[in-house]
Amino acid sequence: MNFLSKHRWLWLALGLGVASLSTQVQAANEQYFPLQSYRIGPYAAGGSGFFGGFIDYLQYINAKEGGVNGVKLTWSECETEYVVEKGVECYERLKKGLNGAPAAATNPLSVGIAYATLERSTTDKLPLITINHGRTDSTDGSVFPYAFPLQLNPYSEVSAIVNYIAQQSGGLDKLKGKKIVTLYHGSPYGKETSPILELLAKKYGFELTLLEVPHPGNEQQSQWLTIRRIKPDWVILRGWGVMNPVALKTAQKTGFPADHIIGNIWSNSEDDAAPAGNAAKGFISITTHPSGTSFPVLQGINQYVIKPGKGNLQDAKRFGNVYYNLGVVNGILNVEAVRVAQAKFGKRPLTGEEVRWGFENLKLDDARLNELGALGLVQPLKLSCADHEGGGAVRFQQWDGSKWKVISDWVQADRQLLRPIIEKSSHEYAKEKGITPRDCSKEVVAAN
Amino acid sequence: MLYKEAGQFITEYRLDKRFFRLKQERWAFAALLAFAYLVVPAIGNDYWFSAILIPVLVLSLAGLGLNLLTGYAGQLSLGSAAFMAVGAFATYNFHLRIEGLPLIASLILGGLTAGGVGLVFGLPSLRIKGFYLIVATLAAQFFVQWVFTTFSWFSNNSSSGVITAPPLQILGTDLSTPAGRYLLTLTVVVALGWLAKTIVSGELGRKWMAVRDMDTAAAVIGISVPKTKLLAFAISSFYLGVAGALWAFTYLGTVEPHGFDLSRSFQILFIIIIGGMGSILGNFLGAAFIVLFPILLSNLTSSLLAGAIDPGQLENFQKMIFGALIIFFLIKEPNGLAKVWQTAKQRLRVWPLRF
Repeated sequence: MNFLSKHRWLWLALGLGVASLSTQVQAANEQYFPLQSYRIGPYAAGGSGFFGGFIDYLQYINAKEGGVNGVKLTWSECETEYVVEKGVECYERLKKGLNGAPAAATNPLSVGIAYATLERSTTDKLPLITINHGRTDSTDGSVFPYAFPLQLNPYSEVSAIVNYIAQQSGGLDKLKGKKIVTLYHGSPYGKETSPILELLAKKYGFELTLLEVPHPGNEQQSQWLTIRRIKPDWVILRGWGVMNPVALKTAQKTGFPADHIIGNIWSNSEDDAAPAGNAAKGFISITTHPSGTSFPVLQGINQYVIKPGKGNLQDAKRFGNVYYNLGVVNGILNVEAVRVAQAKFGKRPLTGEEVRWGFENLKLDDARLNELGALGLVQPLKLSCADHEGGGAVRFQQWDGSKWKVISDWVQADRQLLRPIIEKSSHEYAKEKGITPRDCSKEVVAAN
Repeated sequence: MLYKEAGQFITEYRLDKRFFRLKQERWAFAALLAFAYLVVPAIGNDYWFSAILIPVLVLSLAGLGLNLLTGYAGQLSLGSAAFMAVGAFATYNFHLRIEGLPLIASLILGGLTAGGVGLVFGLPSLRIKGFYLIVATLAAQFFVQWVFTTFSWFSNNSSSGVITAPPLQILGTDLSTPAGRYLLTLTVVVALGWLAKTIVSGELGRKWMAVRDMDTAAAVIGISVPKTKLLAFAISSFYLGVAGALWAFTYLGTVEPHGFDLSRSFQILFIIIIGGMGSILGNFLGAAFIVLFPILLSNLTSSLLAGAIDPGQLENFQKMIFGALIIFFLIKEPNGLAKVWQTAKQRLRVWPLRF
C-alpha cells in the first residue's frame, strides 16, 4: 500500500494514458482528417509548411462555409518525425476516426510511410494520398484502388523536365547529342526515376550521366568536379533537404551556371534556394503550384484564418511559400473529393470507401478552379478508376535571389509513353501479391 | 508467501537446469503463454496488434540477439541493424528466387545468412576489444546499408530499392491479418526465446560468460576463446537476422535499407541497457518500455495539453521527459528492468509479512 500511495501520481498518469487510448464518443456531423504530420526532425521545414497549409485550408472551409455542405471538417495530429514506424503507429491510432467522425483519407507526405501503409490502406478502405510523390505504379488504380499519387508521379516529373529541356533547345529532335547529368539523393526516393531517365536517354539520344550523392548530401565536391569534366548542357538536381543548397553552392565554386540546373519537385522551395544565397540566383526548378499569396483562395485564408490569429504557421513569413501552398493545394483536392462524393452519397460524413469514389471522380477544370479561387495554383485535374494521378503537368520557376518567378506555362509529361511502363510494374506487383486488377470499364462514374 | 519455496527441493542436476525452478513461476509462465495465444487474439484490435504487440515482440527478439553477444559474451557491437537488414533482404530473396520455399524455411535461411555475415564481421573481435570493436561493427552498419542501396539485385530491381513482404502463408493458412501476423511473430519469438534460454544455461552460455568475465582466465581453463567469440557473433546475428525479417514482413510489410540505420542499432542497444544485460526477460521488458513509453507519453500529452502548446514543441517536450526518465531510472537501477523484477520477486516471497 505504501508503494501505491507514494506513487499515486504515477498511477494516475498511467490510468489517464490508458484511458486516452480508448476514448470514443458517438457524435457529430463531422468529417475527420487524420494527420500524420512532422514538425520536428530533419524534414521539419517541409512538414510544418505542408501541414500548416493543409490545416489552414480546412479551417478556412469551416470558417467560410461551415464545412462541406454543413459537414464540419475536423482533424488531429500525430507526430511521425518522418520515421516509418511512427507513421504506422499514427496510422493505426487515427484510422478509426475521431469522436465518431469517420476518417476521409490519410496524407503522410512521406514515401517511406506511404509504402508501409499502402496495404493497410487497401485493407482498411481508406484512401492514401501521396501528392507529387509516392509509388509511381500506384497511378494504376485498377491494381492500387486506394493509393493516389495526385498531380504528379515521379516518372511524369522527369518526363516533364526532359520535355522542357527539349522546348528550350527547340524541339525533341534537338535533344540528340545533348549531355544531361542527374545528381540524385542516395535514397529510394532519389533512385526512383533512374530507369525512366535511362529509357528517355535511349529514346531521344541524349547522353545521360547519373551521379549519386550519399545521404544527407553535404559533401559534393567530387560529383561537381566530375560534372565540370563532362561539361553537360543541363544538370537535373534530384535533391532533398540540405543537399539542395550545398549543390548550388558547389556548382558556383566549380563554375557551373545556376540557370542550367533544374531542381525537381523536392528541390523547389524557398528553403532550398535561399540558404545558398547568391549562388542560387538563376536556379530553375519545377513546381506544380507557384508560391505567392495573390490567389483569391490564399487571400481568403488570410482573411478568415490568419488575421483572426488562428493560422497554423509559427512563422507568418512562410505564408504563401512553396510548402505551404502545396498544403493548400492538398487541402483543396481532399475537400473537393469529399464534395464530389457527397454529391453521390448524400450530405453527411462519409466513409473512406465513399471518399475514394470521390477521388476517382474528381474533375477540376478551369471554371471550377476559378470558383475555388485557385486558378493557376492548381492544375486542371481529371482522375479516373485507371488513372490516379490526373495531371502530370508542371511549371518552371526561377529564383531571382529573393523569390521564385514562374517562367513557363504548364509543361506536360509524356504520359502515353509512361503508361505502359507503369502498367507493367503494377501488374508485376499484382502478380506477386495475388491481386486481381479491377475492371475499370465496369466502374460507376459520375454523371457529368 | 506467493513465492513459497518450502518443499520444492532440487534433487537432480537436470532439475537445477530448468528454466523456472519454482512451481509458481512455471504456472505463471504457462498462464502467460495461454493468455498470449488464446485470449489476446480474441480481444485484441488492429491497433494493439500492429502498433504495439508486434513491434514489441520483434524488438525483444532483436534485443535478445544483441544480449547474447553483449550481455553474455561481453562483445560490444553497434552493427545490430546491419544484421537485421541482412536477415530481411536474405529472407526476401530466398522466398522470391526459390519457388515454393515455405515461409519458415526462408526465415531460417535468412537468419543463417545473417549469421554468416555476422561471423565475418566478428573476426576483428579476435584481436580487438571494447570501444575498438564497436568501431569495427560500425563498419558493418555502413557497409551493409551501402551494399543494399547500391546493388539493386537485392531488392529485385525495384526502382526505389524498397522491398515488400511476400504473402504470409504457412501450410496454406493465410496469416496476413493483424492477428495472424501477431501469432506468427509470437511463435517465432517464443521458439527462439526457448532456444536462447537453452543455450545460455548450457555449456556454450557458460563459456560465453567465462570469456566475458575474463578471457585470459577462460583460455587458461581450456576454453577456445576465438571459437567462443565467433559463435557468439554468429548466433547473435542469426537472432538479429530473423528479427529483421519479422520487422520487414510481419510488422511493416515493407522495408528499405535506410530503415535499418545506425539509430536502429542504438535503439536495440538501449533496449538491452534498460532491460538488463545478461538476461532473457530483460529484453522483453526493455523492448516494451522503449515502444510503449513514448506512445503513452504522446497519448497523454496530446489528450491533456492539446491546443495549449504547439504540436512540435509538445513532441520535443516528450523527448525530454523520456530522456530524463531514462537517466533517472538508470541511476536508480543500473542493472535494468530485469533487476527490478527480481527485487520485486524477492519481496513477494515474504509479502504481505515484512520479514
